[in-house]
Amino acid sequence: MPKEQTWELRLYVAGQTPKSVLAIQNINKYCKEHLAGKYSIEVIDLLKNPQLAEGDQIFAIPTLVRKVPEPIRKIIGDLSNEEKVLVGLNIRPQGVSTNKV
Amino acid sequence: MGTQKKIIFPKTPTGINGLDEITGGGFPSKRPILICGSAGCGKTLFGLQFLVKGIVDYNEPGVFMSFEESTDDLTKNVKSLGFDLDDLKAKNKLRVDHVRIERTEIEETGEYDLEGLFIRLNYAIDSIGAKRVVLDTIETLFGGMTNESLLRSEIRRLFGWLKEKGVTAIITGERGEKSLTRQGLEEYVSDCVILLDFRVIDQIATRRLRIVKYRGSTHGTNEYPFLIDEHGISVIPVTSLKLDYKSPTEIISTGLPALDNLFSMGGIYRGNSTLITGTAGTNKTILAAYFALSSCKRKEPVLFFSFEESPEQLIRNMSSIGINLRPYIKSKMLLIHASRPTLEGLEMHLLTLHKLLREFKPKTIIIDPISSLITIGSSSEVRAMLVRLLDILKTNQLNALFTSLTHNQASQFQDATVDAVSSLADTWINVTNCDKNGERTRSLLIIKSRGMGHSNKEHTFTISDKGIKLQE
Repeated sequence: MPKEQTWELRLYVAGQTPKSVLAIQNINKYCKEHLAGKYSIEVIDLLKNPQLAEGDQIFAIPTLVRKVPEPIRKIIGDLSNEEKVLVGLNIRPQGVSTNKV
Repeated sequence: MGTQKKIIFPKTPTGINGLDEITGGGFPSKRPILICGSAGCGKTLFGLQFLVKGIVDYNEPGVFMSFEESTDDLTKNVKSLGFDLDDLKAKNKLRVDHVRIERTEIEETGEYDLEGLFIRLNYAIDSIGAKRVVLDTIETLFGGMTNESLLRSEIRRLFGWLKEKGVTAIITGERGEKSLTRQGLEEYVSDCVILLDFRVIDQIATRRLRIVKYRGSTHGTNEYPFLIDEHGISVIPVTSLKLDYKSPTEIISTGLPALDNLFSMGGIYRGNSTLITGTAGTNKTILAAYFALSSCKRKEPVLFFSFEESPEQLIRNMSSIGINLRPYIKSKMLLIHASRPTLEGLEMHLLTLHKLLREFKPKTIIIDPISSLITIGSSSEVRAMLVRLLDILKTNQLNALFTSLTHNQASQFQDATVDAVSSLADTWINVTNCDKNGERTRSLLIIKSRGMGHSNKEHTFTISDKGIKLQE
């Protein structure tokens, strides 16, 4: 199991806004395609649970947080740029790039 | 001032000593207020004091949203001021939320907004029913996010939201070079803008506050000095510089009945300011001590500013001539505040005085010697300070006595401080040493005393262990 790297992702949204819905769709799509069987996504609706925003230091919506593997990475936005999301989550091994293209 | 429309803007007390007077009651309620200044000028403390006093004095819970300092650091930094943030949090009156924005952690992809921030703030406010909010400093967001136009529109939305939420909010911002704040936050805050300034001039640190904008008011755009001490921030209040003081007609004693008799009214007016000039060793301090004593005997507290002697020295010297000050110190009738004049700037001395006035509530003030203050300011600065000082004294009808050292025995009119004070003082007594028949004697001369007649002669006096004795 330590060799099999799993991704634990948390997606913070605020209700059913277009951006939030899009982000949910996008992340589900990317994970199915690139991380089949190796991921878990938790969707947290801050409108229902506002107190949870503090823990992961959320200020933007939507925010995708990669809890595992460490270090924590945050991606804010509706995740429509697939390449950036994959690089940001370090899914495709293209070197850990933090440059914004 | 027209009275066609009577619009009363509700105000929220600021919690900063002196600032409520300057703003005519406080900040505009339920509006955003911008406090800008360079690093270290006191913005964060300003915000914290606003919240803490809001809770403690006005029972208004508050939320502090910190974008820079951690909750622990904030708590530690203000503990020494008597602000116990942990205690207030435990009582559910204060919430401190640290929004940490780590640029290296964040990627931006696609459309987003700052709703997360809104949700956090809303939750924090609702959880304790907060009426006051501080955002310190929202400009940090500019460092964490690249989408500036989005950020700006969200900030605009945030300020609108704060107004709707009905909270009085302080927003802090870094001083900019070309604009008031680095990120131009003043664009979004039009109700009240305050600028804090921190300068070091001639090795002395001065802090100043200026109200750049205040909705619906034509306040003065003067700078007001403020200090940060062990109780937080205090600003020197605006004083009425209109010369419309009440003029008491009650007569009080100088402390020396023989001296009282040299005045046509048998003493000096209450609320007057008296100046005693003389060269070194002419016993001005002794006369001041008599004055203090007489106030104590009337059960009127005395604040004695000593710029040259320590309290112990003063007490010892006075007791050697039969003036016993110690019992009055014990009974808290007399407070001797000793300080080195060069320790603080002129305005700071004024502020300290004002603070002590507020805390100790004396009826008599003595400054011995006021000429020490000339070493730390130009003549015009000293004069300006003196005008404000005398204004405070007159407004509060305090009896004031200043001693002043003159250097040239020949003329008491050539000294800069004397110039400044003598025209402002109501009563002026000059003391000189003279050698008469090989014997050192002292004499005093009443140069002026407004509103009453007085002796025009030099009166010699001696000092013994029983005190001052005027001849004949």
